[in-house]
Amino acid sequence: MTDKTDVVIIGAGPVGLFAVFELGLLNIKCHLVDNLDKVGGQCAELYPEKPIYDIPSRPVVTGQELTDELIKQINPFKPKFHLNQQVEKIAKTEYGWIVETNIGTKVEAKCIVVAAGAGSFVPRKPPIENIENFENKNVFYAIRDKSIFKNKKILIAGGGDSALDWTNELSKDSNVTLIHRRKEFRAAPDSVSKMQELETKGKIKFLKGQIKKISKIQDSRIMLEYENDDEKSNIEVDYLLPFFGLKMELGPIAEWGLNLHENLIKVDTEKFQTSTPSIFAIGDINWYPGKLKLILSGFHESALMAQEVFKYCFPDKKNIFRYTTSSKELQKKLGV
Amino acid sequence: MPKLIITDRSGKKSEIEYDSNFTLMETLRDNGYDIEASCGGCCACATCHVYIDEKWTNKLKNMDDDEESMLDQAFDVKKNSRLSCQIELSGELDGLEIEIAPE
Repeated sequence: MTDKTDVVIIGAGPVGLFAVFELGLLNIKCHLVDNLDKVGGQCAELYPEKPIYDIPSRPVVTGQELTDELIKQINPFKPKFHLNQQVEKIAKTEYGWIVETNIGTKVEAKCIVVAAGAGSFVPRKPPIENIENFENKNVFYAIRDKSIFKNKKILIAGGGDSALDWTNELSKDSNVTLIHRRKEFRAAPDSVSKMQELETKGKIKFLKGQIKKISKIQDSRIMLEYENDDEKSNIEVDYLLPFFGLKMELGPIAEWGLNLHENLIKVDTEKFQTSTPSIFAIGDINWYPGKLKLILSGFHESALMAQEVFKYCFPDKKNIFRYTTSSKELQKKLGV
Repeated sequence: MPKLIITDRSGKKSEIEYDSNFTLMETLRDNGYDIEASCGGCCACATCHVYIDEKWTNKLKNMDDDEESMLDQAFDVKKNSRLSCQIELSGELDGLEIEIAPE
């Protein structure tokens, strides 16, 4: 089934969210797609607790607070979110564009707004030679079906929430070893104490070190070589689950034929349109002379982009510029 | 102007002058070295990882918990690993030798 809307926004970070507001004031409906399992982009994923000091009228706001307030602000416009998926393909249609994600969601829209920040968040893969040959067989960066690990020997690598949570969870039915470069963990204190309790009871093992090599051995098992203070050791397991957080990469956007400037999308500074008409780019992903990667620049870009998108969505209508402070019509849309 | 001695990922050594108002990450980035620094310097990623020459490790301010725990997301972490965004370049670091860690 294909959904139909006015605009698909790629990226649900602060700028993508605010674009819903600016477009909403002009009666333009939006769907948003994001590869994370939550909205807020870098603000929510990288620095939810860290303070931001340069949002106008907010002397200090954390990444998460900013996200929460933006969600509240755009709520009247009822945007539809497609999370945990990445836009893979776009194709021109008579209506506008059809956007397809890696899990098969299809949305048709008049315009596309790329608000993808520094790109999509993807798992950070350890730089172990040939590891790609074992991916999705012995090595998994995310767990979709935990039943495959039942009664198997597993090595989990990392010291954050994912590593600790899966160590605790999988220890119920599997033989789990956790490997980390030090005995301190950045995961939530609750998960850490649970893991330590399991270790004391002998339900899991802990190794200090960093994995350096992977090789295949019989019965579809793998051998991992790890190092701790220059001392090398080996461990044989069925599965390796590395959890080293996420990194950002441009991904499929690079293949859509948009003119780029060093991995950023070139736009004009009147409409923030890309080299392809009806595809726009706002926020950290775009480039124009003088560009500053600031959230507030992205907010400004949203407002100007919306003026042009209006013409694609309502070619026969006149767009009258109004203020939310005084316009009864805009206030009605906002439900105030 | 004080100087830094930098070994890049290909093993090539070079010398640059630095301004002590900047962090090591900013200096590397602005001089065109290949360092991602995706969070922009707020100690929220681990993509500005460097090794500090052993002669200099004691002369830097100690790592705080934030930096140490962010290093958990880096690879090939060694005893002399640091995140370059957390290193403020004072005049006393004239001659500092560092190596950019592998990606």
